[in-house]
Amino acid sequence: MTPTTRISTTTRGHGGAAEAAPPGPPAPRTRRPGRWLAWGFLAPTVVYLLAFYAYPLYRNVELSLREYTVRSFVQGGAPFAGLDNYRTVLADPAFWPTLAHTLIFTGASLVFQFSIGMALALFFRQHFPLSGTLRALILVPWLLPLIVSASTWSWLLNSDSGLVNAALGVVGIDPVNWLTSPTWSLTSVIIANIWIGIPFNLVVLYSGLQAIPVEVYEASALDGATGWQRFWSITFPLLRPVSAITLLLGLIYTLKVFDIIWIMTRGGPTGSSATLATWSYRLGFGNLLPEFGPGAAVGNLLIVMALVAGLVYIRSQRRQHLR
Amino acid sequence: MTTSPRRVWWKTAVGLVLTGLMLFPVYWMINVSFTRDQDMRASPPHLFPTNGTLDGYRAVLDQQLPYLGTSFLVGLGTVALTVALAAPAGYALAKLRPPGGPALSFLLLIAQMIPGIIMAMGFYAIYLTLGVLNTLPGLILADTTLAVPFAVLIFTAFMSGIPDELLQAAVVDGAGRLRTFWSIVLPVSRNSIVTVSLFAFLWSWSDFIFASTLAGGGDHQPITLGIYHYIGNNNQQWNAIMATAVVASIPAAVLLILAQRYVSMGVTAGAVKD
Repeated sequence: MTPTTRISTTTRGHGGAAEAAPPGPPAPRTRRPGRWLAWGFLAPTVVYLLAFYAYPLYRNVELSLREYTVRSFVQGGAPFAGLDNYRTVLADPAFWPTLAHTLIFTGASLVFQFSIGMALALFFRQHFPLSGTLRALILVPWLLPLIVSASTWSWLLNSDSGLVNAALGVVGIDPVNWLTSPTWSLTSVIIANIWIGIPFNLVVLYSGLQAIPVEVYEASALDGATGWQRFWSITFPLLRPVSAITLLLGLIYTLKVFDIIWIMTRGGPTGSSATLATWSYRLGFGNLLPEFGPGAAVGNLLIVMALVAGLVYIRSQRRQHLR
Repeated sequence: MTTSPRRVWWKTAVGLVLTGLMLFPVYWMINVSFTRDQDMRASPPHLFPTNGTLDGYRAVLDQQLPYLGTSFLVGLGTVALTVALAAPAGYALAKLRPPGGPALSFLLLIAQMIPGIIMAMGFYAIYLTLGVLNTLPGLILADTTLAVPFAVLIFTAFMSGIPDELLQAAVVDGAGRLRTFWSIVLPVSRNSIVTVSLFAFLWSWSDFIFASTLAGGGDHQPITLGIYHYIGNNNQQWNAIMATAVVASIPAAVLLILAQRYVSMGVTAGAVKD
């Protein structure tokens, strides 16, 4: 079963014939003529995946292994360079700081998105008047185009006229150069990214909470467990699979976040908020003289990081399955 | 429920405050979009647009309509292509169990991990050779990659819920696979088609990275680039920037109002966003 379908089994109460349901046990493998015919239905998607996923990916790997100039990019015939582009990237003084920013950005975003999302999910789980409507409204930040969120936060965090500095001024704190000082730029984009990610965590964790049977809580209430005890001894362990998938998906999305950072700070000032994603873009598209080779190499490093995270997840799932 | 009514209303109050905090940036965007230029740098900033102006929205009407039109067309194209590709695939994976099906599902999952910047660079290299940079079909094809893996997974999950008896009955009546798909599976899957279409539209509408790399230099630029150029060019006219942002948020708002249950279904079932 894929992680995706596992999550979908936790949603309920939507009704309708097309209710998301876990795929049942596979039908007995009888020889039906339709089994190969099925590939007729899959063919368009497979062709599409090959042409528009596999081929761009292949081109990207190829870009990273050759020494491209603008001329050879258009006309072809770039010489094979082996791992030179990767060496260039690793030797670049910007590499380690950028990697560190990527890890800090991802780690801080995940920790805060997840814990705030969890707190909100637990709060909204107690049904009260308007709880459904309010929960739906909180989705708004997640649905907004990233350029909208990013430009709104840019203005909120503006050094001279932003509301955040005005509010800090009221409590006697000097204005902070959120987006224009190397000290604060990374923090600023992290704040904006946390805000965007909270709704996703809330919704997925909430649906996970819904799947925990009420009887479990009733039993523990009879045993006299307090709210805090109930959370640590029942909710948290039962929610572990959903938490794991939430964190994994969060990790994958956060690693590749590009829009927010690029729009708010362009990775600057002086690279202080650059991550691998924005660096890759800057190398490939951000300068007058594009460096496609190193740009593609940075992008491929990013894929490797996401894949490693995915494999770690699959391994841990399998181990849990065997137990 | 053992809690007293007073206790419950207290929770609603806390819920309102929390929601208000989360949505404050959205309010601020709307507030700034109505603020006059001369009040923009007021200290402290005006919390309400008391001397509101519609200048920002006039600027949107004057300058941003072509961008909005492009985004709309690209969105519709993305929706059509995504559903056309993914619905048959979902049906096959859910009901026909082809050899190699699970492997394909796994590949789709992996496909979602690929950072957009990498796809963009690959597309750029290909489009440059084919000469389809800065064209609508080019942007539609690229934007579709945002939605296809998600769409196939959603369709598969939803269509495995269709009772086998229903499909067998059709076969007994002499309907072929194609006929069954067209006149039974598709009508029954209306919910999932709506969900997929909504997300495909929203993602292509919100796309920035493909737009800036593949359509950044041409006549067909979507609204995300409209806003981006605004930020770059006239750094001072924030009411126009925020008014454009408000207009660009309309599809998200419409989606939430008209199709709230589909939205949470999509979030949890697919659990994807690019």
